[in-house]
Amino acid sequence: MSTKIKINSQIFQDSNNIYYPKDETEVSDLIRELYKQDSPTEIIGNNSKSFIGNKTQSANTTSLSKISGIIDYRPEELYIKVKACTPINEIEQVLSENNQELAFEPIDFGYIKEGKSNKGTIAGYLSCNYAGSRRFKVGSVRDHVLGFKGVNGKGDIIKSGGTVVKNVTGYDLSKLIAGSFGTLVALTEITLKVLPKKDSSKTVIIYPSNFEQIYDFFNKLSSSSSEISGAVFIPEQSKDKDFVTKKNSVFKFNDLKSNVSFIAFRVEGDKISIEEKIHNLKKELELNNSDISTLDVYQSEPFWKKVNNLEVFEKTEHNLIRMVIPPANGSKLCKYLENNHNYFVDWCGSLFWIEVNSKKEEKIKDIKKMAKDFGGYLTVIKTSSEYDYGEAIFTVDKVRLMISEKVKQSFDPKRILNPGKMYRGV
Amino acid sequence: MSEIALPKIDSSILNRKSEIVKKLSKLTNIENVLSEADELRPYETDALSVYTQTPLAVVLPENTEEVSEILKYCHSENIKVVPRGAGTGLSGGALPLQDAILLGLGKFNKILEIDYENKCVVTQPGVTNLGITHAVQHKGFYYAPDPSSQLACSIGGNVAENSGGVHSLKYGTTTNNILGVQMVMMDGTICRFGGKSFDQEGYDLMGLICGSEGLLGVVTEVTVKILKTPEVVRAALIGFPSIKEGGDAASEIISSGIVPAGMEIMDKALIEATDNFSKAGYPRDAELLLIVELDGTESEVNELIKKVEAICKKNNCSSLKLSNSEKERLSFWAGRKAAFPACGAMAPDYYCMDGSIPRGKLAEALLEIKKLSEKYELPVANCFHAGDGNLHPLIMFDGNDKEQLRKTEEFGSEILKTCVRLGGVITGEHGVGIEKRELMCEMFNDNDIQQQLSIKKSLDEKNLLNPGKVYPILRKCAEEGRVHVHKNKDKFPDLPRF
Repeated sequence: MSTKIKINSQIFQDSNNIYYPKDETEVSDLIRELYKQDSPTEIIGNNSKSFIGNKTQSANTTSLSKISGIIDYRPEELYIKVKACTPINEIEQVLSENNQELAFEPIDFGYIKEGKSNKGTIAGYLSCNYAGSRRFKVGSVRDHVLGFKGVNGKGDIIKSGGTVVKNVTGYDLSKLIAGSFGTLVALTEITLKVLPKKDSSKTVIIYPSNFEQIYDFFNKLSSSSSEISGAVFIPEQSKDKDFVTKKNSVFKFNDLKSNVSFIAFRVEGDKISIEEKIHNLKKELELNNSDISTLDVYQSEPFWKKVNNLEVFEKTEHNLIRMVIPPANGSKLCKYLENNHNYFVDWCGSLFWIEVNSKKEEKIKDIKKMAKDFGGYLTVIKTSSEYDYGEAIFTVDKVRLMISEKVKQSFDPKRILNPGKMYRGV
Repeated sequence: MSEIALPKIDSSILNRKSEIVKKLSKLTNIENVLSEADELRPYETDALSVYTQTPLAVVLPENTEEVSEILKYCHSENIKVVPRGAGTGLSGGALPLQDAILLGLGKFNKILEIDYENKCVVTQPGVTNLGITHAVQHKGFYYAPDPSSQLACSIGGNVAENSGGVHSLKYGTTTNNILGVQMVMMDGTICRFGGKSFDQEGYDLMGLICGSEGLLGVVTEVTVKILKTPEVVRAALIGFPSIKEGGDAASEIISSGIVPAGMEIMDKALIEATDNFSKAGYPRDAELLLIVELDGTESEVNELIKKVEAICKKNNCSSLKLSNSEKERLSFWAGRKAAFPACGAMAPDYYCMDGSIPRGKLAEALLEIKKLSEKYELPVANCFHAGDGNLHPLIMFDGNDKEQLRKTEEFGSEILKTCVRLGGVITGEHGVGIEKRELMCEMFNDNDIQQQLSIKKSLDEKNLLNPGKVYPILRKCAEEGRVHVHKNKDKFPDLPRF
């Protein structure tokens, strides 16, 4: 059945109707038809991250999951061009064969959703723009997108960017698409910058005694010429026994003490320079060997996977907040969170993952105010089943909302694509 | 260069000049408004100096509120506005229009805050790129993007053009190194995107503004990320007997997993020109010269240098010299940085092109350029940011010879079309401006361009902000058969054409 006939048939009346266009032309035909009929659609990939954002109000669902496969991989040119819903696992696998990787370290949201890995597709990643622990050094997903192709809300196939890193030809729409939650285009093709994998890694663990000290360490780490590529703070949170148990079981490593708060920082590179950097950093942070633990590469790699899988919040039934603030305000936030909410800090003091108990939902409002006062923002990544959406799950001010509406209008004038997924009116 | 089409002049605006100047003088200090012929002359062109136009008036506001009031006024009175930073742009993005106000940001020249704890600097847009590094280098920090004009170009202009530099493979361009901007829209609305934290949520409007060439808003404040200066920086100067061997070595360095801080290639014509000019001590027998810069900790750099040496020897390099001091490293760069003036000394005029190509296509591109050089009987020298694939052929000509002028322009246009054919783009870092406007159709089809115009329309409905730049005037594009307009029927009748 052609898309057109299908849309016009009785099945179209069924709100559970899911379309699976097979290529860009079919996506274009489908959206053009929906545009004609003023009939909005939810856009999904492999459904691994569709729980993030507001629920869309639409009669249709368009799954782009069949638009998958690697189009062109040029290791020597440091790029890979893929169909939009190519699974992250498939991309990582082929890159790994050439000792390359997606440097932004994709977060695996499968663990918080269902307790097991489900990385989903590259289109999903680009649409959310959530990078992992290496972000503060290498940039976010948006910094690794060289170009894309997709279908706007009128059904037109559009493209922007290319395969080269230096490109200032026309507006940089790749950036705009990153983090747009499928509200501007249905992606069909994505070109990513890839980078060589580092030879090895080591992780050093410090056991700080107070919040000021944590941020003093973070500041020294981010001010050093001996570059690090990850720094987290995992608090003990002694009031919540379940969290302590979970934390101790997730971060159970031979060389890591349990039942304590700790900072972990990662150094990557060739083996000689790793030792040199750790030597320099110990000096700059005034650390003695007796104060620290070191995780070798066999412990270091799984450690950062567990961080990026958000395993301490595995299958959480509460609200999970992702909050980003300038690091200078971090110690104040830690003090507030201590004994109130379970959390951990990534990106060398900038990124907070905060679990807000479903019985304390009203606190989200206070936390959001704090995010704004500190010059940052928050997103409620996962909501509890009781969440009443009284507090918007995204952070936006009036002017940015007004501009976002205008931008949405220019891509999708009838609000066909994922309406309301981010903000009302967008 | 040949004549270019600009938006139709609104004669009613020209007739109201004195009234407009009077009103502007109320919105800012009277001495910030320039309207006499001799005052306007310095603003007639930017660094693409073959094109000149006299603006209606120049206004140099001193703060964001004044910018907002001026834009609000121009918006309500339908007066076009051309924003300008330091005027160092090479694509004519700040070319004035006769019926437009030129809005100069030169008085926005202060650094507002240096925040080491959050590793950022909040600055006004008129501060120079290098000025930011100067303000933080005593603490061992720097601002990474380093366009060749960094001594003079403003950070606001860098945001408008998304400027790069020789280190952009490892450290990215402007868009990867800014955290936030304050901007005024054409209707006077003041807005803020981002701040001191990473990755604003929602639409990445900062990412949209960066590289929008002054078409979507006027940037009045920028927050940039600062980085710690690397412990050790060393460079290698490597000569090759052929273009192919040098190009292959550059490709192999990248594919082996090394990310150099900078990697530059110069062809024989440029080696000779720069060595004559700057006495840099380059290997004059080489057909191609590769400069590779590596940074990091001491052992990291030593390790990388060993790898680079091995790759270059494998590819039959004819000479290899490593810098053993900071002075020597800078001397390696001296010739490369003198490339443009060196060409200037060889011919009355030179025209600098700016395309990007996949790194591996370098030999093919250079060969093609050589053929074109013979075809047009004009000498050309090439430098290439080999790390990121950005190619700068410099065509030498005599601007007083009209025929040479015409040929130069055609030659340049063919080079950029070659870049697109090889899988690259028409501008890597200079921007489209007016210079490459008509070539946009080489890269984008009707849908792509209409989507971009549609964004422009949504943020500047009356098309008053820097009109006539970046996007082809449809008539010309259609005449050249690149945009498909069937039977004179426009696909988007509701959209303005500029």
